[in-house]
Amino acid sequence: MPRRKRLRKIVAPPGFKGYRPFGNTSRNSGFIELLYEEYEAIKLADYDLLNHQEAADLMGVSRPTFARIYESARRKIARAFVETKEIRTFYGNAWMNENWYRCLDCSAKFTIPLNLPEKTCPLCKSVHVELIA
Amino acid sequence: MKTAITSTGNHLDSEFDLRFGRAGWFCILDEDTGKTSFIRNEQINASHGAGTRTVEKMMELGVGKVISGDFGPKAKELLEKFNIQMIILEDEQLTIKEIIKKIQN
Ligand SMILES: [Zn+2]
Repeated sequence: MPRRKRLRKIVAPPGFKGYRPFGNTSRNSGFIELLYEEYEAIKLADYDLLNHQEAADLMGVSRPTFARIYESARRKIARAFVETKEIRTFYGNAWMNENWYRCLDCSAKFTIPLNLPEKTCPLCKSVHVELIA
Repeated sequence: MKTAITSTGNHLDSEFDLRFGRAGWFCILDEDTGKTSFIRNEQINASHGAGTRTVEKMMELGVGKVISGDFGPKAKELLEKFNIQMIILEDEQLTIKEIIKKIQN
């Protein structure tokens, strides 16, 4: 059994399932798997323009670990570009720190999946929900 | 969006089943049309792996939300991974009809 990888905290999942090249001059050559934490690393470093330490702190990993995730993400994207591969996003080892919620109106407990942006009760639609540990 | 509700029986007056992998039945509600159907849980007597196989069944049925009384650690991990929303209700006296009414209000 491989050692279970530590989960990395991400702030938000990617808003897409993948990217596909068009106008390919070579035939479809498969896809690369971009993990949620890799997407998050690219976003934090190259879009939000945080330095590696700030980004590492946000994701709850050490700076060398962040550097490794970031490097892996860049290499995957470069490979997808050069080898005309699709990019597909995968859950990987990411977790959201907000997990279980309780509705203050109907007391249902629930999770909010990564692909669901709104924090409302799935049963009674109340917005009065609180995070439970 | 389809929602699965764990049920002790196969009709709307059946009581809610607090178990997930070993629930008697699943009520599948189509939230868009309001239509319901009941599916017998084939894993009810499985000695192990009931949670995992039940999650696979949910995927097969295209379920996006599951309402039950509890989820085992394996089921929780898989449901979270597949972006299926988990909802826990602790009131076993509820009937399936009453739960559906809460959703549709
Ligand atoms: Zn509620």
